[in-house]
Amino acid sequence: MGPISRGFRRRRQDPAGSAGRVPPGQYVTKDFPVLSAGPTPHTALDRWSFSIGRGGQQKTWSWAEFRALPSQDVTVDIHCVTRWSKLDTAWQGVSVDTLLDLAGHDGPFAMAHCDGGYTTNLPVADLTGGKAWVAYAYDGQPLAPEHGGPARLLVPHLYFWKSAKWVRSLELRDTNEPGFWENYGYHIYGDPWREQRYAGD
Amino acid sequence: MAGTALRGRLTWQVAKVAAVAAETASVRTITLDVPDWPGHRAGQHLDIRLTDEDGYVAERSYSIASAPGEPVAITVERLDDGEVSPYLTDELRAGDDLELRGPIGGYFVWEPGDGGPLLLLAGGSGIVPLRSILRHRERTGSTVPVRLLYSSRTLDDVIYRVEFDMAASGVEVVHTLTRHQPPGWAGYARRVDAALLAEVAWPAAGTPLAYVCGPTSFVEAVSQALVQDGYPPQRVKTERFGATGGT
Amino acid sequence: MEAVDGNAIGGLLLEVFGTEMTDAPSVCASCGDGRQVAELVVYLRGPGTVVRCRSCGSVLMVFVTIHDRTCVDLMGLAVLG
Repeated sequence: MGPISRGFRRRRQDPAGSAGRVPPGQYVTKDFPVLSAGPTPHTALDRWSFSIGRGGQQKTWSWAEFRALPSQDVTVDIHCVTRWSKLDTAWQGVSVDTLLDLAGHDGPFAMAHCDGGYTTNLPVADLTGGKAWVAYAYDGQPLAPEHGGPARLLVPHLYFWKSAKWVRSLELRDTNEPGFWENYGYHIYGDPWREQRYAGD
Repeated sequence: MAGTALRGRLTWQVAKVAAVAAETASVRTITLDVPDWPGHRAGQHLDIRLTDEDGYVAERSYSIASAPGEPVAITVERLDDGEVSPYLTDELRAGDDLELRGPIGGYFVWEPGDGGPLLLLAGGSGIVPLRSILRHRERTGSTVPVRLLYSSRTLDDVIYRVEFDMAASGVEVVHTLTRHQPPGWAGYARRVDAALLAEVAWPAAGTPLAYVCGPTSFVEAVSQALVQDGYPPQRVKTERFGATGGT
Repeated sequence: MEAVDGNAIGGLLLEVFGTEMTDAPSVCASCGDGRQVAELVVYLRGPGTVVRCRSCGSVLMVFVTIHDRTCVDLMGLAVLG
């Protein structure tokens, strides 16, 4: 470890009312940082679709069909592995429970596939029971492209790299294969409350 | 100069802050005393590493503001939501330790032998490495003609303003102020666009060498316009600082 | 944050390869685009650092630093240096 930099403190805003809501090693931000591994895709809504399934057995919705599904308004805290947390974020989206019910639930694991090529893996158990959505609005507005619009996965109980931006499908699988960041050493599960940032944590 | 003398240390070393000087309300130049400094080239940068009591580490890169042969100095702009820059501009003081790595860079560098005419294009704090190039040109007695086009938000945001007002012979400095201009301002008052560049840039036919530095959007717009004007891409060197010009 | 360029990873490359790399030539394995490392597209501050081809956008390099060890994936490059 290098010399301590006199007077340097990492950001650690813990505003009143956040007690117990901030996982270990995180700080609370009022911003909404944009972190990416690549350029922002811009998918036209008339070309957008979302699918769930495996192999040839996919259930696919067009944008119009997707927006006609029952949706929920949720307010959740989100936690990024780069250490920022944002409290009380408001989203609108379709519960993954709804999507799996319509598709016919199949397979213990899922891989999210996104415009731009990003992937991330999750157990289906973490996508069900009211814990995950495909969100298309943030803070009352259509989700901006830089934040994952037209739609992103929203799985707030895990580190936010699992809430894949620009999501286009959930591929159901029998095995839990690592996605993009998981391949490079990030934790296969990613529970911020057990500080599971990296493989082996 | 021997190649090995210019190669940066591969590992981090601890320097002492010699001085912190205000350039503008939000910009400071930090002069450093670096025990094993191998010398540097105009246009290079160094990496800074801060460590807090819990072992949390933050690293950032800053261009070297001084010319080869001058004491090592970096110029830092405080970004309001920055993690590192407010510490460097507001907290750091003479006598403090600062961990650094460098010098770094073999592409965005200039030596008198590289010739010109030189076109230097700065967006905001992108002026820093270009100032090193200008000082190096002057210290070596080079007569390569230079035009500097420097885009800032307001006159108060212009870094090294007095230095540029007294520009050396053969150096033309053109400012553009994009957000607010003082009364009576007769200079450019907008973001650099193709028309502005056409008026200021050396004609492509004279084989000029361009260095563009600043926020990514500035660098993209300017470098594309230069290439469209006939500058060969390999004669346009670019250094992008990201949207906020470094934090 | 917005993308930067290969200048920003000069220190990282110096540490990983033991030599200055920003002026090193690179060739994209997907589209064959050749340019110096300094001109590649770089995404910083995420869980890792991702370097992409300026021409076709393919991932050329990925750097992830975990507990002081840096993992480097160069599989997107046909040529480096």
